[in-house]
Amino acid sequence: MNRRALLVLIASTTLTGAGMLAFGPLAHGQIGDFAKQERGRQLVAAGDCVACHTAPDGKPFAGNRAIETPFGTIYSANITPDAETGLGAWTEAQFYRAMHEGIASDGRRLYPAFPYPWFTKATREDVDDIRAYLRTLEPVRSVQRANEFPWPLNHRIAMAGWNGLFFTPGEFKPDKNRSTEWNRGAYLVEGLAHCGACHTPKDVFGADKTSQSYQGSEVQNWFAPNLTGDSRTGLGGWSEQDIVSLLKAGHNDRTTVYGPMAEVVKDSTSKMTDADLKAIAVYLKSLPASPADTPAAPAGNVMSAGKNIYLDQCSACHQLGGDGVKNIFPSLKGSAAVQSRLPLSVVRLILNGGHPASGPGSPNALSMPSFGWKLSDNQVAAVATYIRNAWGNTADPVSATDVKDLRQRVEAVNGAY
Amino acid sequence: MAQRLPSVDVLLVGFGWTGAIMAQELTEAGHDVLALERGSWRDTGTDFAPSFIQDELRYRYHGHLFEQTAQETLTFRNTPDQTALPMRRLGSFLPGTGVGGSILHWNGQAFRFLPYDFEIRRQTAARYGEAMIPADMTLQDWGVTYDELEPHYMRWEELCGIAGQAGNVKGQKLPGGNPFEGQRSKPYPTPPMKQTYGPALFGEAAGSLKLHPFPCPSGNMSQAYTNPLGVSMAPCTYCGFCEKFGCGNYSKASVQTTILPVLMQNKNFTLRTECEVTRINLDASGTHATGVTYVDAHGNEFEQPAELVIVCAYILHNVHLLMTSGIGTKYDPATGQGTLGKNYCYQLTPSVDVFFEDKVLNPFVGAGALGMIVDDWNGDNFDHTGLGFIHGGYIAAYMTTGRPIETELLPEGTPKWGAKWKQAFVKNYLTSMSISLMGAVMPNKVNYLDLDPTYRDVYGRPLMRMTYDFKQNELKLQDFALGKMADIAKAMHPREIKKSPRGPHYDIVPYQSTHNTGGAVMGVSRRESVVNRYLQHWDVSNLFVVGASAFPHNSGYNPTGTVSALALWAAEAIRSQYLKHPGPLVQS
Repeated sequence: MNRRALLVLIASTTLTGAGMLAFGPLAHGQIGDFAKQERGRQLVAAGDCVACHTAPDGKPFAGNRAIETPFGTIYSANITPDAETGLGAWTEAQFYRAMHEGIASDGRRLYPAFPYPWFTKATREDVDDIRAYLRTLEPVRSVQRANEFPWPLNHRIAMAGWNGLFFTPGEFKPDKNRSTEWNRGAYLVEGLAHCGACHTPKDVFGADKTSQSYQGSEVQNWFAPNLTGDSRTGLGGWSEQDIVSLLKAGHNDRTTVYGPMAEVVKDSTSKMTDADLKAIAVYLKSLPASPADTPAAPAGNVMSAGKNIYLDQCSACHQLGGDGVKNIFPSLKGSAAVQSRLPLSVVRLILNGGHPASGPGSPNALSMPSFGWKLSDNQVAAVATYIRNAWGNTADPVSATDVKDLRQRVEAVNGAY
Repeated sequence: MAQRLPSVDVLLVGFGWTGAIMAQELTEAGHDVLALERGSWRDTGTDFAPSFIQDELRYRYHGHLFEQTAQETLTFRNTPDQTALPMRRLGSFLPGTGVGGSILHWNGQAFRFLPYDFEIRRQTAARYGEAMIPADMTLQDWGVTYDELEPHYMRWEELCGIAGQAGNVKGQKLPGGNPFEGQRSKPYPTPPMKQTYGPALFGEAAGSLKLHPFPCPSGNMSQAYTNPLGVSMAPCTYCGFCEKFGCGNYSKASVQTTILPVLMQNKNFTLRTECEVTRINLDASGTHATGVTYVDAHGNEFEQPAELVIVCAYILHNVHLLMTSGIGTKYDPATGQGTLGKNYCYQLTPSVDVFFEDKVLNPFVGAGALGMIVDDWNGDNFDHTGLGFIHGGYIAAYMTTGRPIETELLPEGTPKWGAKWKQAFVKNYLTSMSISLMGAVMPNKVNYLDLDPTYRDVYGRPLMRMTYDFKQNELKLQDFALGKMADIAKAMHPREIKKSPRGPHYDIVPYQSTHNTGGAVMGVSRRESVVNRYLQHWDVSNLFVVGASAFPHNSGYNPTGTVSALALWAAEAIRSQYLKHPGPLVQS
């Protein structure tokens, strides 16, 4: 909400309050609207709508951010209340249908880059509140760009078949055997927060592999980590407070968020209430551990090369024992991100470095420097293999080919060093 | 024709350490602040990451983080009867440029000045009589006292997480600290750094001579620290790449590691980089600043109006900008009239090198502020009767670095090159160290700054001209201190020692320290100073000039602590007094 709109709302709320004192009860419309819009604002934060619906350097929520999918590039919609190019002309029912069934106001089927398979879980009341909030935004005129999809996906009718196979509309059904907090967490994680969109592996159709829910997946050349109870690669060793701290501040005693999740923390989770974050933590901590795997043993010569590189290049910050400095430099020892099934994030951070999340109350933004210009594919592979297998860590070794491949993929997007 | 921009509340000229302090204090108070920085954006992860910062050639010798003399420099001469020539290569001092300014490449030696410093004229005369102050020594009080600055020193130390051992907390003397220091309200926020062998030997020797050794207060972190703004710093790794380098490990207090992460999130703060302010503009009355003119990286000229202008550049640029903007009365050494450019001071840094036969000191384990200090001959901590000089300096054994190109301690008689040089280098690298003096410099009638009549900068402005030499006070202090330093060195039982004095004339070529002071000094009256006790310009009340340019003399300590305390003191005056009732804060 822009500041002026908020001020008008506060002023009108105050006046209405004064009116009530002076003239007795009045219609509660404006007070009710404010509460509705405020709830909507929090739900929009939980859904991280701003991330996809804002172009780089564009106005918030005005759309046209390019979303890379394995099938082509999609441009997000303008969800400001502009009558012609945004949602200004949409009715409450049309907005609910889009969120619940993935169908636009004109009947076109939406692509699931818009995460309606998750948003369908949201209650009607919540969806109405979201719309109420979005209608307080400044209308921005911004025509959505055409998607770049190959045939036959450019025909939206194709989505009817996809929906038939992979999508079941339906609001969240609480589990009566679980606590209110757990159900709130499940409602958010499975619904608006759409955590599985990144953290659940996808099949060739881009649909969730539901048997592997939350076991971690590749996203934009990063690895969205395993959120299940596995103690090595998942959240098994984490407390609920660890999860809350990470979502709130972008870092905790164990680790620091980098990559796309840093954006999620900045735009979404850092703005959620502590109660909702706690509920999310409670739900995530209840996810059963993914099946244990047995990583291949690394070669001794690779480990000793990796150790020497580690001592020279990494130990000044991450310390000789890999345990980092609490809340400053992430611990590599025991780190789920370091030992993840696919080493994408580790290798990518070594190659390119990264800026972590930061926000009010958590101003630290301690960057990981880039080593891609300095270390060869073999050296990166050795040091990555070393940190994945030192100090009690275990994970598959990283090959120079893995590094070369990721280096090329990342350079294709970001350009060379 | 300059493009005129919309006006701002507060405009900062320069975004180094004092600029960052001002920006944080004034945005926090709700004011819109714009900072104009001539250099580029700088960030730890990309600009001085630990993956490449330990590059002595690039940073120390090619001066990658320093001011480029092709863009801005000064001319120099020792005495008024000489013709000054331009410095085409940096030498004795290394002003920074870019976001974070010169504190980016400091060592981290984090001292307060003594209470004596701020009332130096009054106290010297009271103890020894007016005759102790020579006629050509333009000594003056600062107009502010240590007690007034103490809360601001404390705030600075907490912002930076300074590591040290207090010697005097609320009048209580604490063992292991500096017994001569001014009274502190609190101990240091973090414990002192761990000393290595060399400084420990110095401490033992000083103790055996009944001196009072204490660990150097340090801006290199002895442990992880989170400052009151919520910004965290990491423990120092003792890599020895501090001075002349940015710290890649977030372990050295700087703009980047203490204030910047918070400031950049403040919506009422704007930073424009690669914008060089060329002039402060005044209205027709000459008593009110209307804003500044600046040039961007493309050579476009802008006029930026502002309600309040705060000059926060390096001291030489502060003074230069006032001069080229025609603000204030230039100092005339012949008559002693005028104030702008007077009391330029530097520091005096002789050393005694100590060579051991069998003690391996591992100098490559170092940090900028790793060392032991004795303060027994600083300020007025000792009786100067009959010595022929006032003030003094601290004596230190630092282990700042063992960087291979720069670290070259060789005994008397070693040839400059060849096999014998090589042998001596190998023999002594691990087993030698240096004891140094951070000597105070007193102002002198003919040490001053003005504009050069011949040479101009890239914007066509006359270059600053520096006229400076060591005077009797410094040379007598040096003789005295070298004797004391040699006494301590001998008590360390070395194989041999070598005295390395400075002078007798100041040489601007070899690096000494970036501790230039004065030129736009503070004081109690407009007759003797450029700015009042709040660093507000006497003639233009909506102009403040912040930095070591305000020091009326240079003390026997590194200046950063006092620069910071004065900036915080001025910021508080601006917040709590000036912005509520704009106008002169001191009536004259």
